[in-house]
Amino acid sequence: MSGYGIEDLVYILPIVFLLVWALVLVLVEAFTKRPDVTMLLAAFGLLAAVTLSVIQFGTEATAFKEMLTVDGYAVFVYMLVLASGLLSLGLAYDYNRRMGWARGEYYILMLFSIAGAMLMASAANLIVVFLALELLSIPLYVMAAFVPNDASSEEAGLKYFLLGAFAGGFVLYGVALIYGATGATNLMDVVAAALGTNSPVMLLTGAALILVGLGFKVALVPFHMWTPDVYQGAPTPVTAYMAVVAKAGGFAALFRVFIAAFPSVSADLTPVIATLVVLTLVVGNVAALAQKNIKRMLAYSSISHAGFLMMAFVTYGSALYADAVTSLLFYLLAFTVTSFGSWAVVIALEKAEGKGLDFEDYAGLGKKYPMLSAAMLVFLLSFAGVPPTLGFAGKFFLFRTVLEAGYAWLAIVGVIMSLVSAFYYLRVVRFMYFEQGDPEVRSEPVLNLVTAITVVGTIFLFLFSGPLLAWASEAVLALI
Amino acid sequence: MLLREAAATNYFNLVPWVVFFPVLGILINLLVGGRLREKMIGVIASLAVAASFAVAVLLALSLNDQHAGTIIAFMNLEWISIGDLHIDWAFRVDTLSVTMMLAVSGVGTLIHIYAIAYMHADVRHHQDPTRYRRFFVFFNLFIVMMMILVSADNYLMLFVGWEGVGLCSYLLIGFWYDKGKGGANHLDGISNALAGKKAFITNRIGDFGFLIATFLMFGAFGSLQFDTVFTKAPFASQGTILAITLFMLLGVAGKSAQLPLYVWLPDAMAGPTPVSALIHAATMVTAGVYLVARSHELYALSSQAQNIVALVGGLTALFAATIAVGQFDIKKLLAYSTISQLGFMVAAVGMGAIVAGIFHLVTHAFFKALLFLSAGSVIQGVEAGHHAMEHGSIKESKHKRGEHLNEGGEFDAQDMRNMGGLSRRMPVTFVVYLVGALALAGIFPLAGFWSKDEILAEALHLHPAVFVLLIIAAFFTAFYMTRQIWMIFFSKPRSRPAEYARENSLLLTLPLILLAVLSVFGGALNLPFWHTLTHWLDYTLAEGAKVGSFNYLVAGLSTVLALAAIALGIFLYGKRYQAQAKLPAAQRPVDPVQPYLRGAFTGIQHKWWIDEFYDWLILRRYVALSRFLSYRFEERFWHDWLHDNAIAGSFRQTAHFLAQPVDLGIIDGIANGLGTISQRFASWIRRAQNGFVRSYATWVLAGMVIILGYLILR
Repeated sequence: MSGYGIEDLVYILPIVFLLVWALVLVLVEAFTKRPDVTMLLAAFGLLAAVTLSVIQFGTEATAFKEMLTVDGYAVFVYMLVLASGLLSLGLAYDYNRRMGWARGEYYILMLFSIAGAMLMASAANLIVVFLALELLSIPLYVMAAFVPNDASSEEAGLKYFLLGAFAGGFVLYGVALIYGATGATNLMDVVAAALGTNSPVMLLTGAALILVGLGFKVALVPFHMWTPDVYQGAPTPVTAYMAVVAKAGGFAALFRVFIAAFPSVSADLTPVIATLVVLTLVVGNVAALAQKNIKRMLAYSSISHAGFLMMAFVTYGSALYADAVTSLLFYLLAFTVTSFGSWAVVIALEKAEGKGLDFEDYAGLGKKYPMLSAAMLVFLLSFAGVPPTLGFAGKFFLFRTVLEAGYAWLAIVGVIMSLVSAFYYLRVVRFMYFEQGDPEVRSEPVLNLVTAITVVGTIFLFLFSGPLLAWASEAVLALI
Repeated sequence: MLLREAAATNYFNLVPWVVFFPVLGILINLLVGGRLREKMIGVIASLAVAASFAVAVLLALSLNDQHAGTIIAFMNLEWISIGDLHIDWAFRVDTLSVTMMLAVSGVGTLIHIYAIAYMHADVRHHQDPTRYRRFFVFFNLFIVMMMILVSADNYLMLFVGWEGVGLCSYLLIGFWYDKGKGGANHLDGISNALAGKKAFITNRIGDFGFLIATFLMFGAFGSLQFDTVFTKAPFASQGTILAITLFMLLGVAGKSAQLPLYVWLPDAMAGPTPVSALIHAATMVTAGVYLVARSHELYALSSQAQNIVALVGGLTALFAATIAVGQFDIKKLLAYSTISQLGFMVAAVGMGAIVAGIFHLVTHAFFKALLFLSAGSVIQGVEAGHHAMEHGSIKESKHKRGEHLNEGGEFDAQDMRNMGGLSRRMPVTFVVYLVGALALAGIFPLAGFWSKDEILAEALHLHPAVFVLLIIAAFFTAFYMTRQIWMIFFSKPRSRPAEYARENSLLLTLPLILLAVLSVFGGALNLPFWHTLTHWLDYTLAEGAKVGSFNYLVAGLSTVLALAAIALGIFLYGKRYQAQAKLPAAQRPVDPVQPYLRGAFTGIQHKWWIDEFYDWLILRRYVALSRFLSYRFEERFWHDWLHDNAIAGSFRQTAHFLAQPVDLGIIDGIANGLGTISQRFASWIRRAQNGFVRSYATWVLAGMVIILGYLILR
């Protein structure tokens, strides 16, 4: 296996840079013990990676013997997760200091995890997919258990690790089966070999196992059970981070793998995927109805959004896959912006020892903190898919794609479920504006900045959803 | 000679300025009028019209060399272009239109000057200087619209002017919209506004006719341009021509106050006197005559139409003349006289005697404007007397003074019974009034004699029946004018204000003197044997203008009749009137002529109950229909029955049915059931969410097994 050149590294420079930078930061942190410095350097690293990604716009290349692909799709996801990383830093900075566990390692782990998510978007080889998944996940396990001497955080970390390892096993087993069926792990080779196979059972099983493994990562029902517990137990910025980045990475890999490698079995898998979508939507939304804790509610809400995202997936084998990917990327963008905004508000209200996280704690927010509650209102409306917010545009394009693919019944389920979702989102609004209460919020500059950026983004990007969608659809063009 | 040479290169291109100068006047007064002194506003407006007149004179000079005239498309502007309809905004310069322009702007200028003095009293009276500007802006706008009307090269552009003058008429009749007490409806302060409304609505009926005629023309000829229409008209069917001309006649009857649509004109006297003179005597009301003259080629194609037009004119002339005999209001009498004279013109143009009609139009513009303006002078003189008296030392009960009050119970400065003996107090006004009256009565050698005689001569030749109507009307004309002159100017004053009446300023009387001169010499335009106007108009009318021979018989007959009428008038309103005035009120006849006419006079006095007849025939029916529609149909049927009972009621019942058994029973059952189910479901999920990693892992495993089982066993 010779013949790797320096150009291979250049093609994936953003990822390489981020990894090297993270390693450097380990040393910096070890010698300085200055979390603030580490955080600033991590932010700098993310910005530099963003710059490198921008430079890679328009690149169409494979690296390391077609194990990695750099294309518009990958770069779109790069940008998304790097931006998520920056927002997460903003969420974590004040929060960690307030809660008294400001440690530099946190930011370094995040950089590694982001590199993993980026790698997942670029992975063109099933082994690389698995490695990237682990690179994404392992730092997350640690981050979830990051709170010192806190049982719920440790429990969350451990649960996540155990179940994640379990799911990782499925992915690995699936890869092995596919290798057995096709003799290949590179996606291009797999698809070529799959066309010649008479009995695709082994291939099908392998694909299903990968679906289960990655479905666990993005929290599809019934592989979602870890989500509420982990989301609740983990420190809130970590929750916000994994709700977005783990999903982004998981979906990025899932899409690329299935579109590139398994179009031949799409007819068999589509009913399975549709069933998973419906299950996820119903369970996520109905369970969210019953929640009184905002973190758990947002956890179930993120499960339901995974269902919406997965909805685009039912068309992956059809000629409409490009539209599907476009609407998936757009929905992911909408979910990212809205999600970070809402978590920022949650963090603003959160107090030590898990206080300030119930709906009751939001009572009277509208009167006392009109700006903050207006921002929360925008995020909740965006989650529910009400114009003029990004969430509306996301759902609109998504349902349109599903309709065009001929899954009208699925679109109807989606619409009904977003109606149901409005119920629990608006319950928070009711508490904010129609209940009496005296909430305490400490104004923290970085957190406020994140809130402002996301609220502006939620509305402003809606106005530019046309160009954004065009960009997302350009990103897809060279997927195969 | 210089001017002539310059004219040879022609001034035709100046024609848009006959419209633009008054527009300029409007703009100046609108923009800076608020800061100008009162007189300046009037001067600007008058200058604008005078400039317009100057342009018309230049056009006339040019026409003198290039008789054919021309059509000036303004800036080559294509006004309307839809499908086959192409209409340019084009000005027509020919002898007919320029004659009209000269009359309109010439008389208009004099009346503008008069208005500067006349409207001053109004401003002083109301303490409101903005009224002055409003008046002159409307007045100039009228000139603009009238110029558009007469300079139009197609029927649609003519219609724009036609509607525009109608609008100005409406605005100016209601100029004192807050005045007018009592009135037929006993409504305070709105009878002037009602008069404006009446004029507007009546004119709308006429305009409807004109519009239909326009549509028919477009349908039949595919064009509204005069020449195109006239070229194609001979090839159209007789019925089409008849329909077009008669619908057009409806428009003429509205605008020129002919039977049966004349009723608005007497009420229009509610406007200020200069308005009555300019719009409702000299110019706007003659637009109908102009329209028939302009369209004479259409009328010439249908003898039936000509017949009807001539009869309408003749009947109107006689009918209105009889009513004029019974009027006591100085302006209303003149209004009926105007209707009557318009009847002469319409009869003339209807018979095909276009030149005679236009000739009478021009001379009538002179002497009727003169009469109205003089009447205004009389009114202001008497008002001044009344004013002086009210604020002087003399205080008497109004009734004791024997004044005739208006319907609002105030002294009526327009009631001729309150006048008398004004010739000594207002000598200038008396002289010019006398000139106007003699001209109107058709006394040799004043303007009216020549023009009226030409119409009568033509009528005898073309339409004997109409001739009879007209010559009787001419007799009445002389009679009612004598009556008016005597009631106003001779014998003793019949009220105290008349005793104190004052002559007006020179600014007011100067236009009167000029108009009087025109009334005397205006006949020179078309003297027999010279036929200046006939030859002039012949360039435009072509076959329309025939040089009529002067008929000594007609001239003699009409002069004898006029003199007889005057003698009769003097007999009745001279000594006899004074004698009757001494009788006790109970035995005193309403009017000296009443004992002779008896019932007929009552009819005359009540204007033959035409207003009441229309009120009964149209207004009551219309109001009844409106009531029926609004109350019975709309409210009872549509609203109460259909909407409230049929629709809303059944809707309520359906809604009740849906609400009670369906919604509460079934839907809520389902919804509550769904709620219960989802709650159960959620609590089941909660139970499944037990926090143990092993059970979570089992779920993952189970899910995977089910998926694999499905995929393999499928």
